[in-house]
Amino acid sequence: MANDKKRPVGRRGFLKDAAATAAAAFVAEPSAAHGHTHHDHDHDHQHQAVPSDVALRVKALESLLVEKGLIDRAALDAVVDSYETKIGPRNGARVVARAWVDAAYRKRLLADPTAAIAELGYTGGQGEDMVVLENSPKIHNLVVCTLCSCYPWPVLGLPPVWYKSAPYRSRAVIDPRGVLREFGLDLPEDVEVRVWDSTAEVRYLVLPERPAGTDHLSEEALAALVTRDSMIGVTKVSPQTGGRA
Amino acid sequence: MNGVHDMGGMHGMGPVVHEKDEPVFHEEWEGRVYALTRLVRVGRGRWNIDAGRYEIERIPPAEYLRMSYYERWLVRLPIQVVKMGLVTQAEIDSGAPAPGSAKATPQLTAAMVPAMIERRVSTRREVRVRATFKSGQRVRARNIHPSGHTRLPRYARGKLGTVAEDRGVYVFPDTNAEFLGEKPQHLYSVRFTARELWGERASSRDSVYLDLWDDYLERV
Repeated sequence: MANDKKRPVGRRGFLKDAAATAAAAFVAEPSAAHGHTHHDHDHDHQHQAVPSDVALRVKALESLLVEKGLIDRAALDAVVDSYETKIGPRNGARVVARAWVDAAYRKRLLADPTAAIAELGYTGGQGEDMVVLENSPKIHNLVVCTLCSCYPWPVLGLPPVWYKSAPYRSRAVIDPRGVLREFGLDLPEDVEVRVWDSTAEVRYLVLPERPAGTDHLSEEALAALVTRDSMIGVTKVSPQTGGRA
Repeated sequence: MNGVHDMGGMHGMGPVVHEKDEPVFHEEWEGRVYALTRLVRVGRGRWNIDAGRYEIERIPPAEYLRMSYYERWLVRLPIQVVKMGLVTQAEIDSGAPAPGSAKATPQLTAAMVPAMIERRVSTRREVRVRATFKSGQRVRARNIHPSGHTRLPRYARGKLGTVAEDRGVYVFPDTNAEFLGEKPQHLYSVRFTARELWGERASSRDSVYLDLWDDYLERV
């Protein structure tokens, strides 16, 4: 998008016209505007083929809003960059690791989660009113949003596709243990599973159990073990997990 | 509304597919749609989060299921900017500002983005409203079927639960979504046993917690 200005005028004009036509068709009649051909309904609803004109439609809308003086392109870039590089699950991992090493912080985190998370600098949209759910050997917490895709952006960033998908949203409440098994977590019957459906503006962060055998690790090394999925509650933290999802 | 977005408890959607090392945005346009949607909220025009959700819910069900998450956001964006009064439908259709229309100045520059992202805009309201229920009380989620926006999922309607906590007073989505007022009221964390929701085959230990407003609940 940032390259738009460097494109020859003719090329840009062509793109704009094509995109505007697509946008018009799209708004007028959404069901007819999708030229997609790749249906894969048998096993997988979240990886549908994206219609080829989507990028053009977005470009057309962006151009219109920029030309109207409503949007600054550099601000768009800054928002994208923030969520791609700054606001993500490493934030939540630092909260968890701090809670593991600092008993006073853990206490504050459970008593006033929004303030305790803000102590580490994580505030903002979709994290205004936080609740922290502490896992234990006998209680396992799992977070979902069945109605849309509510997720605690300041601590976990933007949600992964599976979290927003129909399979997860439909099944997490009726078959949480089955969903957890698909994530490789087979919980014994005597563990209580608590599912939290994010129906309001309260946002949930799971505080996973600190894995055994990590007494020697620094706070930073512990944070590196904490995964995004463990803070949603679909997995546990293992001493070998190391930084990925 | 009893829409397809209200998915809790549905069958047949398939397994949860986990993508390893998933990028934040899979395509460049997804990031643009996300950022545009965030930025058009800054400044002029009436909008709120519930109105935004309601637009998504009104995507026809077959379309909703076929679309990816950000495709739904893309459906909403032109509708939203027209309803906010930022752009006319004619401008959306033509893809260009109306001839002779005034050009605004963007309300938010790149330098202001970090502050915008970190700003806390809670829907909690510090007003005194009477709480109908208290922690520990048995309640029933009302058997209601609003045709507009609601945050009471179908799977909980008519079911018995226990108030786990009073979360304070929050904006009521059902009215807020249609700009009919914030109607602030108490929000409760309500615990429903898995067996109450799903029957005898569910685990006797497990439960589902929902955040439910006063107007969604009735005395038992």
